[in-house]
Amino acid sequence: MQMPIASARVLDRKAEIVARLLTVLPADAVIFDPAETRAYECDALSAYACAPMVAVLPRSTAEVAAVLRICHQEGVPVVPRGSGTSLAGGALPTADCVILGVARMNAVLETDYDNRFIRVQSGRTNLSVTGAVEADGFFYAPDPSSQLACAIAGNVAMNSGGAHCLKYGVTTNNLLGVTLVQMDGTAVEVGGPWMEAGGIDLLGVICGSEGQLGVVTEATLRILPKPEGARPVLVGFDSNEVAGACVSDIIKAGILPVAIEFMDRPCIRATEAFAKAGYPDCEALLIIEVEGSPAEIDEQLARIKAIAMAHNPVEFREAQDEDQAKRIWLGRKSAFGAMGQINDYMCLDGTIPVSSLPYVLRRIGEMSAEFGLDVGNVFHAGDGNMHPLILYNANKPGDLELCEAFGAEILKLCVEVGGCLTGEHGVGIEKRDLMGVQYSAVDLEAQMQVKDVFDPKWLLNPAKVFPLDATAVRRAG
Amino acid sequence: MQPANEAELSEAVRLAVGPLVLRGGGTRGIGRAVGAVLQTSGLTGIELYEPGALTLVARAGTPLAEVEAVLAAERQRLAFEVPDLRGLLGREGASTVGGVVAANASGPRRVQVGACRDALLGVRFVDGTGAVIKNGGRVMKNVTGYDLVKLLAGSNGALGVLSEVSFRVQAQPEAVVTLSAETDAPQGLADLRRALGSPFDVSGAAYMSGKAMLRLEGMAGSVRYRAGQLRALLGGGWQEDAAADWRQVRDVTPFAGRAGAVWRLVVKPSEAGRIAAGLPGEAIFDWGGGLIWLLTQDPALDVRAAVAGAGHATLIRALPGMQGVPVFPPEPPGVAALTAGLRAKFDPRGIFNAGGAA
Repeated sequence: MQMPIASARVLDRKAEIVARLLTVLPADAVIFDPAETRAYECDALSAYACAPMVAVLPRSTAEVAAVLRICHQEGVPVVPRGSGTSLAGGALPTADCVILGVARMNAVLETDYDNRFIRVQSGRTNLSVTGAVEADGFFYAPDPSSQLACAIAGNVAMNSGGAHCLKYGVTTNNLLGVTLVQMDGTAVEVGGPWMEAGGIDLLGVICGSEGQLGVVTEATLRILPKPEGARPVLVGFDSNEVAGACVSDIIKAGILPVAIEFMDRPCIRATEAFAKAGYPDCEALLIIEVEGSPAEIDEQLARIKAIAMAHNPVEFREAQDEDQAKRIWLGRKSAFGAMGQINDYMCLDGTIPVSSLPYVLRRIGEMSAEFGLDVGNVFHAGDGNMHPLILYNANKPGDLELCEAFGAEILKLCVEVGGCLTGEHGVGIEKRDLMGVQYSAVDLEAQMQVKDVFDPKWLLNPAKVFPLDATAVRRAG
Repeated sequence: MQPANEAELSEAVRLAVGPLVLRGGGTRGIGRAVGAVLQTSGLTGIELYEPGALTLVARAGTPLAEVEAVLAAERQRLAFEVPDLRGLLGREGASTVGGVVAANASGPRRVQVGACRDALLGVRFVDGTGAVIKNGGRVMKNVTGYDLVKLLAGSNGALGVLSEVSFRVQAQPEAVVTLSAETDAPQGLADLRRALGSPFDVSGAAYMSGKAMLRLEGMAGSVRYRAGQLRALLGGGWQEDAAADWRQVRDVTPFAGRAGAVWRLVVKPSEAGRIAAGLPGEAIFDWGGGLIWLLTQDPALDVRAAVAGAGHATLIRALPGMQGVPVFPPEPPGVAALTAGLRAKFDPRGIFNAGGAA
């Protein structure tokens, strides 16, 4: 993975740039001592790290605008950062950049139950948005697994999903409006607390643009009334094909569970050794969760059970109480940790048509043997969002590169069967150089010209999303 | 011009020397575009349908009715409940899926499942230079690159001509129940908002002709349960209403064939009653008040001043003397600059729906 060479012109002016930033921000909001900027050297894709030139921590839209105006005038690249939980390197700095962290902007600005929205500053964490409304019976639906830490700013940038998006959709389906500060310091309001923003759907393209179009400082989010209850079941199968067919039959029958999670045998064994959730030792395991009142849950689960039984599962386990429900989820929720106990891992998130599941899993198994690296699969089965976890040893020379090569082959396979490179983590730097697998040069040009409109100098998070050679001329200004 | 495939469509755009009016079935377009008509109704056919994956891909000119029939055979549907505005607009012809997407046409179920744009998984389109561009795909979760799918949905042809669209579809529910109450607008709208703020998963919330309506869909037992809970929550005169017809709300049927200007207002739901009360005319409320259809006989009525700060208004059908009134809501300067910038990139010659459309 390559990053652009840091600009000597920018680095030479570090002292002047810092001095200018200190005219618009308090001293504690401008971090430029190399010992301290290191805290911002990476995000959750920790295989890559590079300390930024400066990090700033503004507290308001006005401060963000002031910072961006200065950086725009100085020609300094800016990398926006939410909580730094990106798995794709979305917040990875370059040595000549200013990291713009929104962590200090975490206020709730407005809560309106009558119109079912909340307006927050973008540094607020995902889970604390729900925290602000749950006592009144509401929640914010997108629930990425990093929800305790990740910020709404990052969720909007990456269009984050979560385990429950089968029913509730991803960030873009729950975002009503944003305050966006463009690179030149212009702040625009897009959308608002009504159901459609009007005009060309700028909100739709801002969401998921990986911090390349502007810095989102405030967001208006749809909140939903909390369901009365939820209950999972666990179903084990001795074949991936049969598990896949069961998922398809449930969906075809018109049942819409809030989540259908899938784990394969390597993953089941790893989590059993780690979390001892009492999972059966089988080829494929589904966790299916439904919501509603107790009677509604019974109604849906009876239907799901009838469909599952027709596929001869090796096990069908219903949660009789809260404790059993927790145990069903325990293994799934510990899956990443369990794999991490075995070795370092890389987690991909390509999406495939659900019908291709058995074929894709078989091919991943074959490739695992070819590359000599173990892989376990966790999977949002309802929507085809895979999560292969490839194990490697970061201390073994060449192993990371081997793992990345294996990962690239898996993602190419996802595209080949009609899917895509990334379903919820984003492109960042991780899949940047694979974009040509999914999109033609013309397709990518159409996307890049959107950035030309919002950020003509290509200063915002410039080395991400698109292959470096495709953006070289634009980045050179 | 009526190209028969994507290559011909691209050729037609590339060779165009003047403005083009983009048209699917001609059933729902608004705006005052002038130029040569470029019709997509020759690009037909469902290319892929996987009921078990809830996915359907069709060429843009495929009739909506054909897609709906194919889905119905598997007891599925487009969740966003496409309005049929032919009566309202006095049009004939067959609506196409490309036109549906270009208009982001979305009906009462929007309060529960979102709009057309939320069900749209991918597009192929031809930009103003004739380049064929694909974005998104056919899977439900896709964050690979920028989401041009959303940009195209509801763009009314300003950025490109759609050649192919893919949708996430939905199973038809086994049971549907409508509850209704005869009540005045303020009380009715307040009840709708209360219902939408409850956990009982309402799939329609409208107020029309003195009657507030709530729709519940799903498994039979669940619908029965939720109907009971909602009646207990709302009290008053809420009753099951077997005669309720949601197509009347969806298609704005009460305004069809009647003289007057028709406005479509998207507003903050709690402001709906106040806004409508200040505008002489008749109103139909959908989306729990978030959408107001207004029929007025006054061509000079300043509807946009009435929604300022609480939403926006689109002129769906004009009266004589309204030529100077923009069809689409004027945008604040920052947003207008970005929109104009995107149009200049995707349609550098300014040939798509020029002279009044989006």
